[in-house]
Amino acid sequence: MQNKSTKALYLIPYGAWILLFVVAPIALVVYYSLFDIHGDFTFSNYKAFFSSVYLELTLSSFWYAFLITLFSLLISYPTAYFLTKTKHKQLWLLLIIIPSWINLLLKTYAFIGIFGQYGPINAFFAAIGIGSTQLLFTDFSFIFVSVYIFIPFMILPIFNAIDRLNPALIDASRDLGASPWTTFRRVILPLTMNGVKSGIQVTFIPALSLFMITRLIAGNKVITLGTAIEQQFLVTQNWGMGSTIAVFLILFMFIIMLFTGQKEKGGASVGKTK
Amino acid sequence: MKDIIRASVAVIVVSALLLYINSQLGKTSGSTGSDTITVYNWGEYLDPELLNQFTEETGIRVIYETFDSNEAMMTKVEQGGTSYDVAMPSEYMIEKMKEDDLLIPLDHSKIPNLKNIDPYFLDLPFDPGNEYSVPYFWGTVGIAFNPDLLGKDFDFTSWEDLWSPELRQQVILVDSAREVIGMGLNSLGYSLNSTDEAELDAASAKLDELTPNVKAIIGDEIVEMMRRNEAAIALTWSGQALDMMYINESIDFAVPEEGSNLWFDNMIIPKTAANVDGAHQFINFMLDAEVAAQNADWVGYSTPNAAGLELMDPEVTGDERFYPDEEIRERLEVYRNLGPEMTGEYNERFLRFKMGMN
Repeated sequence: MQNKSTKALYLIPYGAWILLFVVAPIALVVYYSLFDIHGDFTFSNYKAFFSSVYLELTLSSFWYAFLITLFSLLISYPTAYFLTKTKHKQLWLLLIIIPSWINLLLKTYAFIGIFGQYGPINAFFAAIGIGSTQLLFTDFSFIFVSVYIFIPFMILPIFNAIDRLNPALIDASRDLGASPWTTFRRVILPLTMNGVKSGIQVTFIPALSLFMITRLIAGNKVITLGTAIEQQFLVTQNWGMGSTIAVFLILFMFIIMLFTGQKEKGGASVGKTK
Repeated sequence: MKDIIRASVAVIVVSALLLYINSQLGKTSGSTGSDTITVYNWGEYLDPELLNQFTEETGIRVIYETFDSNEAMMTKVEQGGTSYDVAMPSEYMIEKMKEDDLLIPLDHSKIPNLKNIDPYFLDLPFDPGNEYSVPYFWGTVGIAFNPDLLGKDFDFTSWEDLWSPELRQQVILVDSAREVIGMGLNSLGYSLNSTDEAELDAASAKLDELTPNVKAIIGDEIVEMMRRNEAAIALTWSGQALDMMYINESIDFAVPEEGSNLWFDNMIIPKTAANVDGAHQFINFMLDAEVAAQNADWVGYSTPNAAGLELMDPEVTGDERFYPDEEIRERLEVYRNLGPEMTGEYNERFLRFKMGMN
């Protein structure tokens, strides 16, 4: 008699949680986005978003988020792959994860010192005769620091995917005469694609709205949607416009989730035999 | 069944907890009675010893809280739930708060020490007759620079110097729309309160030419950067420049001749005040000559208190860079409240300027 009504009961806490902490805040953001600076109902905020400034802003946000994700992936995939081959892989993984427990702001401030005119990197450059260069407040430093921050989040899902891969499948591929490259391209990569997708999700979406690093490391030479939202709320006090940008950010996130969503194809091809 | 109830309870408890925390946050300024007042001020902007002295003299305990922007301060007062008795916003914000009916008029008979204030700083356009506010500190916007790090001799008597091709990637700007757009307007000889589209367009175009020289646009980190010789030139407030000089003695400060911003932070009593009488006592206390002198020594900004000024080190008060004489002050302008649309426009232009950097 474990019937439908008990199942429905089980849904109540979940439903209440979603309603209070997911649906209500998003509804509020949408609601605020429909009012202009005088508190009148209007769609003008949405029209303003499609003006050149915000579109350009969106494009540049996407470009930097793309670069950050790309470099994170290029570093994380091989790292995760070799981690699974090491003897104490859980320990190595832990060592990579630990820095992500440190406060983001602290790490960012540390980089101000490291990249500084008198920091260790410039001291090294001077010692090998390159001479000191301006590192802080450049695109390079911005992407470097962001990649550093996102790498643990990218490694984790990829590591899990590779770790779950059945080694027999690789052996089979080799036995059937595939070169290492073909094995990677036709067997390993497709089977770990879900991990890559999760990694992209957890990197690309937050990278779109990074705002503290843009100021501290990039000196506001890189502007993201996050910066614009912060300004609208705190300086201009135009909550309507700030909410409108936030609505678009939420929309972009849904679109990205849609593209990187996991398709359930049954576990047999992915998992080790249970 | 038990699981469901437990989970439901958990959701409700979390919600209740959040509501409780919210209400607690709202009234941190809490139980202002007749024997306490709550002062809401900028960070590092009052000698804490003076608060004890005030309590000793009047028996009123002071709860002290800080804010980091005029806008944040106003939002908190506007939303209520707080009972700040004295706050220290800047002049344009007072104009705005006055419009929004967020201030309580001052009773001048309870502030006899008002006589200590230099008449120059009284009866200013943002608050005629000082009906709502009393000046607390004042200062300017200018250029802090480190001659040791600059190859050529610059004295920055003109904004134009910032545009020199020798200063590539050297200039740090403060991350604030009014200061940067205002500098653009000033450099062309326009008012920094301009609302004229053509003038603003010209200023934006002029600022775009500055981009090759801009090293970064940051906030309070400027002080550390200048102190450690990381940067050579910064557009900043006079008090911040003084903070840099305390540590790094090679730094100098100049206010360009085309004009710049003259600002005042003022003591006001917000509408939400619970102890209006105590607030008046506090304002009067801060205006006392000795108190003002001690406070100015500690804070470093310029005091409008003429009686207090006489008690201070003449070497400090005679420094033209921080106590410019009236002739220089005449060239400076006070920010007016531009209204929400123009504030939005200034910010949008600033955003566009920042985006043009890359």
